Amino acid sequence: MGMAAADLQFHVLAVDDSLIDRKLIERLFKISSCQVTTVESGSKALEFLGLQQEHDEQNNPNQPCVSPSNQQEVEVNLIITDYCMPGMTGYDLLKKIKESSSLRNIPVVIMSSENVPSRISRCLEEGAEEFFLKPVRLSDVNKLRPHMKKTKCKSHKQVEPEIIVTEENQESIEIAHVVPSQPPQTESDTVQQQQSQANSNNKRKAMEENLSPDRTRPRFSSLTTAL
Amino acid sequence: MEIVGKLQKQFMDFMSSLYREGFLDDQFLQLQKLQDESNPDFVVEVVSLFFEDSEKLLNNLAMALQQQVVDFKQVDAHVHQFKGSSSSIGAQRVKNACVGFRNFCEEKNLDGCMQCLQHAKHEYFLVKNKLETLFRLEQQILAAGGTVPIIS
Repeated sequence: MGMAAADLQFHVLAVDDSLIDRKLIERLFKISSCQVTTVESGSKALEFLGLQQEHDEQNNPNQPCVSPSNQQEVEVNLIITDYCMPGMTGYDLLKKIKESSSLRNIPVVIMSSENVPSRISRCLEEGAEEFFLKPVRLSDVNKLRPHMKKTKCKSHKQVEPEIIVTEENQESIEIAHVVPSQPPQTESDTVQQQQSQANSNNKRKAMEENLSPDRTRPRFSSLTTAL
Repeated sequence: MEIVGKLQKQFMDFMSSLYREGFLDDQFLQLQKLQDESNPDFVVEVVSLFFEDSEKLLNNLAMALQQQVVDFKQVDAHVHQFKGSSSSIGAQRVKNACVGFRNFCEEKNLDGCMQCLQHAKHEYFLVKNKLETLFRLEQQILAAGGTVPIIS
């Protein structure tokens, strides 16, 4: 697997207990030129991300929970997860990701077949970038494109590869190294909050224009050096 | 060529009827958008998964409802899954059958659940039959050297 290829492709981790839905979501992202890994549960997702479970957190509560021994250079640019899953729900997974210093900057999208406003706002408050109602469509995945194009216009210094990344995703990965934490999204009027998020992100984008968008590299490598 | 034309018309009429009669909804169209030269069998593959999954679910549902003490939470979990998968492939009538089913689960109404199971099963076998017919028509068109019309 060439490094160049990895740079150009946006890697999505999809989590869903339904085989049919995994197949669908995989196809949706592949047709949008993304590399996709699918797993059937939250715990498998955490395993893939290199995050060991409770025992690590108990030993080293303040250290990033990454196991160096079996840590591949796993590069994940987006996690999309079903909400209703046996064992660990999508919300539980979201929380675990946001609690992890190594993973919290990976944008997370939640999917659900049920339109429950309190569920939606809870997820967004916990840091989910988007909440999609199932069945997820090509138009939902494509909604990420305009954000990516805006990003391309502003970071015109570098040739940006043709990848799917929301404006929020782009920022959250860039900001990781500069700004401590993002304020949580608390708007809960609509399910697809593209508009309002895009608007609020425009302000953050203006501030971060000077940052070199070295988005795909640093996360894991900087952690290993820190350890 | 005439044969292809006839088959194509048959296909389009049949497809239209499936939408008109509510067997399929827009999600089925979405599935077709995901099929291309690189993945020419995508729809058949997903639908086949749906058939396999559904038949397991229907069996599990029958068994769960036959227990001495019915675990309605478990029944509901199965129906939730069935509702999800049917929704994902656009099998509208099956999905709708599941909605009512979940209500009876919540009420722990065994008779209601039994009736809903029969209804869901009936709708499932209807749409299965329709889809198999559709795929057969596609194969006939291709075998006759034609292309399958795209309905938007």
